[in-house]
Amino acid sequence: MSVVDRQEWDVVVVGAGGAGLRAAIEARERGARTAVICKSLFGKAHTVMAEGGIAAAMANANEHDNWQVHFRDTMRGGKFLNQWRMAELHAQEAPDRVWELETWGALFDRTKDGRISQRNFGGHEYPRLAHVGDRTGLELIRTLQQKIVALQQEDFKETGDYESRLKVFQECTVTRVLKDTASEGGSAAGRVSGVFAYERETGRFFVLEAPAVVIATGGIGKSFKVTSNSWEYTGDGHALALLAGAPLLNMEFVQFHPTGMVWPPSVKGILVTESVRGDGGVLRNSEGKRFMFDYIPDVFKEKYAESEEEADRWYEDPENNRRPPELLPRDEVARAINAEVKAGRGSPHGGVFLDVSTRMPAEVIRRRLPSMYHQFKELADVDITAEAMEVGPTCHYVMGGIAVDSDTAAARGVPGLFAAGEVAGGMHGSNRLGGNSLSDLLVFGRRAGWHAAEYAQGVTYQRPPVDDAQVNAAAAEALRPFSAEADREGEAGPPENPYTLHQELQQTMNDLVGIIRREGEMEQALRKLAELRVRARRAGVEGHRQFNPGWHLALDLRNMLLVSECVARAALERTESRGGHTREDHPTMDRKWRNVNLLCTLADPTGGLAATDSGRGQIRLARESTAPIRPDLLALFEKEELVKYLAEEELYE
Amino acid sequence: MSSYEARFKVWRGDEQGGGLEDFTVEVNDGEVVLDIVHRLQATQAPDLAVRWNCKAGKCGSCSAEINGRPRLMCMTRMSVFDRAETITVTPLRTFPVIRDLVTDVGFNYRKAREVPAFVPPAGLGAGEYRMMQEDVDRSQEFRKCIECFLCQDTCHVVRDHEENKTAFAGPRFLMRIAELDMHPLDAAAETGLDRGRTAQDEHGLGYCNITKCCTEVCPEGIKITDNALIPMKERAVDRKYDPLVWLGSKIRRRSS
Amino acid sequence: MATGTEPQQNSGGVRTGARAAITAPHLRTDRWWLAPAVTAAGLLAFVVYSTWRAFANAHYYAAPYVSPFYSPCLASNCRTMHAGPNADLFGSWWGISPAIIILIFPLGFRLTCYYYRKAYYRSFWASPPACAVAEPHRTYTGETRFPLILQNVHRYFFYAALLVAGVLTYDTVLSFRDTHYRWGHMGLGTLVFLANIVLIWAYTISCHSCRHIVGGKLKHFSRHPVRYKAWQFVGRLNARHMQLAWASLLSVALADFYVYLVASGVFADPRFF
Repeated sequence: MSVVDRQEWDVVVVGAGGAGLRAAIEARERGARTAVICKSLFGKAHTVMAEGGIAAAMANANEHDNWQVHFRDTMRGGKFLNQWRMAELHAQEAPDRVWELETWGALFDRTKDGRISQRNFGGHEYPRLAHVGDRTGLELIRTLQQKIVALQQEDFKETGDYESRLKVFQECTVTRVLKDTASEGGSAAGRVSGVFAYERETGRFFVLEAPAVVIATGGIGKSFKVTSNSWEYTGDGHALALLAGAPLLNMEFVQFHPTGMVWPPSVKGILVTESVRGDGGVLRNSEGKRFMFDYIPDVFKEKYAESEEEADRWYEDPENNRRPPELLPRDEVARAINAEVKAGRGSPHGGVFLDVSTRMPAEVIRRRLPSMYHQFKELADVDITAEAMEVGPTCHYVMGGIAVDSDTAAARGVPGLFAAGEVAGGMHGSNRLGGNSLSDLLVFGRRAGWHAAEYAQGVTYQRPPVDDAQVNAAAAEALRPFSAEADREGEAGPPENPYTLHQELQQTMNDLVGIIRREGEMEQALRKLAELRVRARRAGVEGHRQFNPGWHLALDLRNMLLVSECVARAALERTESRGGHTREDHPTMDRKWRNVNLLCTLADPTGGLAATDSGRGQIRLARESTAPIRPDLLALFEKEELVKYLAEEELYE
Repeated sequence: MSSYEARFKVWRGDEQGGGLEDFTVEVNDGEVVLDIVHRLQATQAPDLAVRWNCKAGKCGSCSAEINGRPRLMCMTRMSVFDRAETITVTPLRTFPVIRDLVTDVGFNYRKAREVPAFVPPAGLGAGEYRMMQEDVDRSQEFRKCIECFLCQDTCHVVRDHEENKTAFAGPRFLMRIAELDMHPLDAAAETGLDRGRTAQDEHGLGYCNITKCCTEVCPEGIKITDNALIPMKERAVDRKYDPLVWLGSKIRRRSS
Repeated sequence: MATGTEPQQNSGGVRTGARAAITAPHLRTDRWWLAPAVTAAGLLAFVVYSTWRAFANAHYYAAPYVSPFYSPCLASNCRTMHAGPNADLFGSWWGISPAIIILIFPLGFRLTCYYYRKAYYRSFWASPPACAVAEPHRTYTGETRFPLILQNVHRYFFYAALLVAGVLTYDTVLSFRDTHYRWGHMGLGTLVFLANIVLIWAYTISCHSCRHIVGGKLKHFSRHPVRYKAWQFVGRLNARHMQLAWASLLSVALADFYVYLVASGVFADPRFF
């Protein structure tokens, strides 16, 4: 079985979205031979779905903007749970990362004087989002893709081979990160030695040997029924890290974007960009009321308008008016919509109304929100220039993720493993601001690529060996769905349809660990997840290994189940409401939880998924106190504001 | 909500061969063809291969031919068809098939590599770029491209003539050249690269007979022919077929 | 798996080896043949009509109207048109209809026009007959070699078409006379001529070459605000190039036919004042 094809690289990047490509570019530019593996075609990553923009304090639209203000907004949005050093690096480096894109050919929308135009977004004090209409993610991914091609062209000129130093393995899936076991017990033990992957097209297995692996696989949305995420978002990177022994951080924080489409059913969950509200769109309930004015929480009272008149004036004169409450951070807006629908003031299809048609001329709408116009016209037969959209919350983003070192993006506990982008935790705290994801991808994608390259170059002469036993075990694990029928003995029950299991998992997470959470429901979810885990062992597939979607899904189920359990366990543990985690039984934010991180690790670190036992879970949870925020960063806030977030002892240090 | 049973013919097979298979499948209000293909996977053909991703017309993965017309499956609403109609879904017919609805689109990635990248202007650092909106409008239109490759699929130059694949980049990549040639800060000319000329000499612009099928199928509504291909042809004329320019260059060469 | 795979070498159109094994040349269920059929019929009708009229060498002048097919009239066998578009450049050796001399230019302009190229490549040459419908030709080289590489001369025909449109404008001005060449009169023919010249100009200005020349060739619109405005204007017209091509084709034939009716005495031009 160990006849699988093997190749040697310096850095392997798993995932070809914004973070993965940025990491690959950086690693290659720093001299590391770099391979990128992605599940889709090159250039199709979920990043293309990002609409609004890239948050960066370039101060093009408002000269008062600077990194400190951006840092402050980010910390407020994350309710001070952010890994503050990440938030600091992010705010400082984002402008350079955006400008750099221009040198690679990106074309952002412009200001009158020819600089990059910046737009308003929820939670950002100033217009800060560099954008291209409402297709910024596409511009980002295309620019990075074309930069990779540019580097390959350089390599071609020098070596005659486009792929000599930077290669994209598209439509391939990694199922295991391999580790060095040969030098067991020595100081080098447990280092990353490569990845095990299969080609989706042929089903063939292969191993990429590399001392450094960057995980940039994005999120976990496909574990939820209503989601804006694409099929790729099965939590692969989270699971890979867990299985490799790295902890996940604060997985209870899942962002529900307030505005997803609610009708027709087949597109339920597809995102309606926040720019609709940034550019003047308002939320109304079935009574026609702009209900967001009733949902401004105390911590934000001073920052948001109290009357519709003031809110409307803000679009023209932001200096002298406060912003409309439609632009509160996403968690607040999502909860408000949820509450309105529950109170019976929802729209016909169970959402609320988002209206731009009465706020802007039709032609302006078509120019500023072209994809939204297109999306509603094509998919819902709704003309947004003439009528209101129906929107409701949709699972959008996971703030939690692989616990990483702020400066190097190195995963904790596994030398050689790095993570960047949505799959990494910490940066956004309990809630991410719109626009901060794209800048996060660029800032930490670059850092991950940089440090991975440096690490790989440091171990050139003692590359960790790949262990045949691990390769064989990974191959057997991947082939299991085909033999589900055969080794029926000893395991009760008929083979399971992976599609059915997936649907049940999505329903469970949506209903029981969704936007509003209750203790009893989450316990119920954990029991259901355990049951699904047992059944998933029997997930069987028909046909052969060549481009077989049933098989692919059966393999992804392992990851979704692992990650879902992390979310449910962490959510059960955190007895407060904060950002993307709302407990009906603990409805307020608790300052005592401010500096507590929840870490998920694999209960059985040998890697064998002790899954037949439905009672015991796979995940162990640990609490950890966060490092105190550096005083000069704390000094950026008013004392009165800090009192609302920080515990007494933190304030008087 | 009304649902009905629709008749589908889906091409199944691989490079060894295959054919159209009949299915009868439930269709609900507001669904698109991709929903139906997913229902087939979940209920009748779990190993039916299909490439898809965002399901919102933004990534350009789910390209196929529906009733013989190149389209995105996620953006083709079932309501455009008659309920009695049999809907035929096949893979793209210009590229080698891998399995079922999935084709090998490697041709496009090879062509992408043959177009020289953006050349940053010398002497301008990051953050110093100044471009006016009216100067970036044209290239921005082309950058709306989601690389679904429907234009590459429908273009008869390669669809009906495999042998032209070597010489012809296809509408998507001729448009990429146009995008760079119209980029206000692209400095290719300063490095001796004449994009207008190479479009014709190296990327097969002359094969295009402007029959506009690329524009017809573009799900992003990009005016590929009018705004990219024809302007590139005109730029090639500037370089090569303008007798005044030709005469001028002869005279200059002689006097120098 | 990797982003590059080896190219296929083997020919057989849309049914080439490694492609999905589908024998039908196309699977379209709509009436895809309708558009090329209508186009072919329309173009053919014009060709038949204009050939008859161009070679007729008669009934092209009925004071004050001169048929656009015969203007300017460049040989000495032309009828003398009072203050009309006569210019005896060719002299007396030219024996056949003088329309042939001048029609080369509008004909060349339209023949190399980007819209008409699409129209006749599709409807007459079936290359392709419609999108995703297999074309019947074994090989295809497009406009890469002689003779089709000559399509690139479109721009020079555009310049010529500007001159012709100028002359036709002059003819339209002349149509504000009565049959005794007195100014300040109008008849139904004047309206026909006016409509025709507006459409001719709109078609000529909306040409892709024109769009390129007025501004399309620029890299920085912001440095040429006037040309940018002009480019935008031409661009808006250009979006209607197909409609204008047909409308002006019809109007020029109508204008000619009107002159024919009046000149041959079938119909008397109603005078307004």
